[in-house]
Amino acid sequence: MSDQEVMITMKDVNKWYGDFHVLKDVNLNIKKGEKVVICGPSGSGKSTTIRCLNHLEKFQEGSININGTELIEDVKVVRHIRSQVGMVFQHFNLFPHLSVLENLLIAPTWVHKKPRKEAIETAMYYLERVKIAEQAHKYPNQLSGGQQQRVAIARCLCINPEIMLFDEPTSALDPEMVSEVLDVMVELADEGITMICVTHEMGFAKKVADRVVFMDAGQVIEENEPNEFFDNPQSDRLKLFLEQILSH
Amino acid sequence: MATYTMKEAKPAPTTNKGVVFWLRENLFPDVKNTLLTLAGLYLLYTIIPPLLDWMIFDATWTGSKDEVVNSGARWIFIVEKFDQFMYGFYPEALHWRPNLVGILSLILIFGFKYIGSIKLKIATIILFPIICFILISGGWFGLEVVETEKWGGLMLTILVAAVGIVASFPIGVVLALGRQSDMPILRTLCIGFIEFVRGVPLITILFMASVLLPLFFHDGIEFNKLLRALIGITLFQAAYIAEVIRGGLQAIPKGQYEASEALGLTYWQGMILIILPQALKISIPNLVGSFISLFKDTTLVLIIGLFDILAMVTLTNSDTNWLGYEVEGYVFVTLIYWVCCFSMSQYSKSIERKFNTEH
Repeated sequence: MSDQEVMITMKDVNKWYGDFHVLKDVNLNIKKGEKVVICGPSGSGKSTTIRCLNHLEKFQEGSININGTELIEDVKVVRHIRSQVGMVFQHFNLFPHLSVLENLLIAPTWVHKKPRKEAIETAMYYLERVKIAEQAHKYPNQLSGGQQQRVAIARCLCINPEIMLFDEPTSALDPEMVSEVLDVMVELADEGITMICVTHEMGFAKKVADRVVFMDAGQVIEENEPNEFFDNPQSDRLKLFLEQILSH
Repeated sequence: MATYTMKEAKPAPTTNKGVVFWLRENLFPDVKNTLLTLAGLYLLYTIIPPLLDWMIFDATWTGSKDEVVNSGARWIFIVEKFDQFMYGFYPEALHWRPNLVGILSLILIFGFKYIGSIKLKIATIILFPIICFILISGGWFGLEVVETEKWGGLMLTILVAAVGIVASFPIGVVLALGRQSDMPILRTLCIGFIEFVRGVPLITILFMASVLLPLFFHDGIEFNKLLRALIGITLFQAAYIAEVIRGGLQAIPKGQYEASEALGLTYWQGMILIILPQALKISIPNLVGSFISLFKDTTLVLIIGLFDILAMVTLTNSDTNWLGYEVEGYVFVTLIYWVCCFSMSQYSKSIERKFNTEH
């Protein structure tokens, strides 16, 4: 693969919380437009890995390159990277004091300095896309969990990101609302945006992912394209994991 | 296939409503509570009528003090000294100036939300105190200068409290943010200031402000007594505000900080647009509580020789023509303080309702 195609390179990334070694030599190469699902037991470092990519977590060793920019501890570099990377959180993290529309306007108007009128048009377009435009003037707490998560996705799309990170986007939702969020994510995947998704939704992984990565105890144990990953797991650890999550 | 029908919502039963039900439920549910209710009613009966007699029905409102025949309160004292209670020694011909400031302030308090643009709001916040200062102290636009020594009464009380509240607020916000900062020196300085000020009584700070501050300046500079008190009170209040706001900041979930960072907002953008609006909203009840105590604490300025409303009452009581009117004077001051503090508390409730987005 050529250099232009590479979107994310993680090279030997190591991270410690105090003495606790959370990421051990994590290597990950993701091409432009690729959909990658990261799974693994809790505490395996999957969330930490993607949180390193937009510098919500610092790492001590190794290097990360995002779309040609080396991630270093410099305010401007970090802001530059964050302006191309959208993140969707487990608990939505919408701003409760702002209406849905205002939530979507914050980054375009303050970070990307777009005129307000243009930003409103973009925001309404994406609210339409996630099928929630009629709620634009409500406050986040007046919406259901699934609706809030869709607003959170729209909020990321408003900055027109190169990369979307999803950190367990459906884990905090009522079971009835998981599918409405996954539907939006599947649509998004069809459009060629680079996606990295930490999730336990294996159906989503099978349907959408180009590659599935399995992590345990801070290491990448195994990565493969979805059919091979689920049908022909190589390591015992992954076999056990799949047995446990797919057993019922 | 099993069929079912959705049940219609029915109105709640009506038996648990109405005055009689409320009385039975709350005042006379059983023998013990009935006795307590009756005892309470008797107590009110022994207190309220005599109080009303004294304050209103047997009170003397007009006339000269030598003609008083009623047994109740002699409010003529308040009527006679009213101007001094309100303005201290501010020249009588110029009373319209503080009056105008008062009216403008009320217009600002109730009209502020109707100002449309943010720029106009900021301009108002900056210009308003300057206009008030010029109106009260004079010296510009042909207004006669009134030295601060002549300022007094309720006017001074409100002025000291208002300056204390308005000036301490931004300082308190900065201290609260500094206390949470990642920069160790800044954090230590903020914690040091807050903990020092909170560990010292206001009286001490006022004494220090009036005795110590002048030492820092050259002999030639005459440092105004009122200004010194204002600086002292502002710094004192800022430390308390900082702690109240810190409480609000800590109540904001970590996800809010992360989301604003992940969107690419800078530290100050994140604080001003996302974190502070939420933190301040949570802090409103405590902030207003703190402002109410400041309003009452302002009366301590009397010990460094400023004549606020309480000092004016004490002073007028030593007028040989008006000896023995302490009770009327202090009851009047109590009412004034209560009206002011209660208004603040009500105003805070209305702000809280306005910012509530959890419908």
